[in-house]
Amino acid sequence: MSGVGRVLVAVYGILALAALGRSIFQIIDRFDAAPIAYTLSAIAAGVYVIATLALALRWERLAWATILFELAGVLIIGTLTTIWPDLIGEGAGDPFGRSATVWSTFGAGYLFIPLVLPILGVIWLVRARRSAARAAQPASPHAS
Amino acid sequence: MIEWYTWTTIGIALAVGLLCIGFTVAGKGPRDLTVLGVVLMELLVIAQIVMAIVAPSVGNSPTGNPLEFWMYLITAAIIPPAAIVWALMERTRWGSLILAVAGIAISVMTIRMWAIWTIQGV
Repeated sequence: MSGVGRVLVAVYGILALAALGRSIFQIIDRFDAAPIAYTLSAIAAGVYVIATLALALRWERLAWATILFELAGVLIIGTLTTIWPDLIGEGAGDPFGRSATVWSTFGAGYLFIPLVLPILGVIWLVRARRSAARAAQPASPHAS
Repeated sequence: MIEWYTWTTIGIALAVGLLCIGFTVAGKGPRDLTVLGVVLMELLVIAQIVMAIVAPSVGNSPTGNPLEFWMYLITAAIIPPAAIVWALMERTRWGSLILAVAGIAISVMTIRMWAIWTIQGV
């Protein structure tokens, strides 16, 4: 794994810890207050943990699946919570509110890292695939 | 939490973060200085754990949710050692960026811990 990929894994790892911590706390403290939001928090946390492992261990397919899932999650939940703040739980549209998930309002409570990270992840996976393809084909002196 | 100690931790974590960004920009990998900076951060967090255990018994209790506070504090204690291990496997400028991310994360998390301990009803 080259350098930038390691940074990506490090940031993913921190986000996974953050999402996991928040989710465990919400579920222990007040699951009944906003079950949909807290279930989403838990799913998001689980997917971030798996994505971190998949990137670190180069499980390419799993990395694609989890990163695309996150991208869909942050876009869908981000849009819903921005338009209807109370849809998935009271106050879920407030990025620092009690029912916030990592995806609420496009991850504003986490400096929009949940929005940027899957995009960087996709770019990284595409580049990794290209360089692997290039390595697989022996270079011909006449090819450009 | 003790106010001056908390702000000192935030300041040092931020300084370590900025120093490591400087190393990244300069194209340098992790060095003794930056790795020891992250070790110092870990020691500050461990001392914060001890203080957070003792503080309530001397009348300095969190005004917010203790469980939420401890989630942040424990996560903050995990990040620096993990960042050091991961950065030392990557001894290029990107290793320095990993240490920088850890520094910034610890400063943000400490600010959040201070808010949970002291500021309520927002």
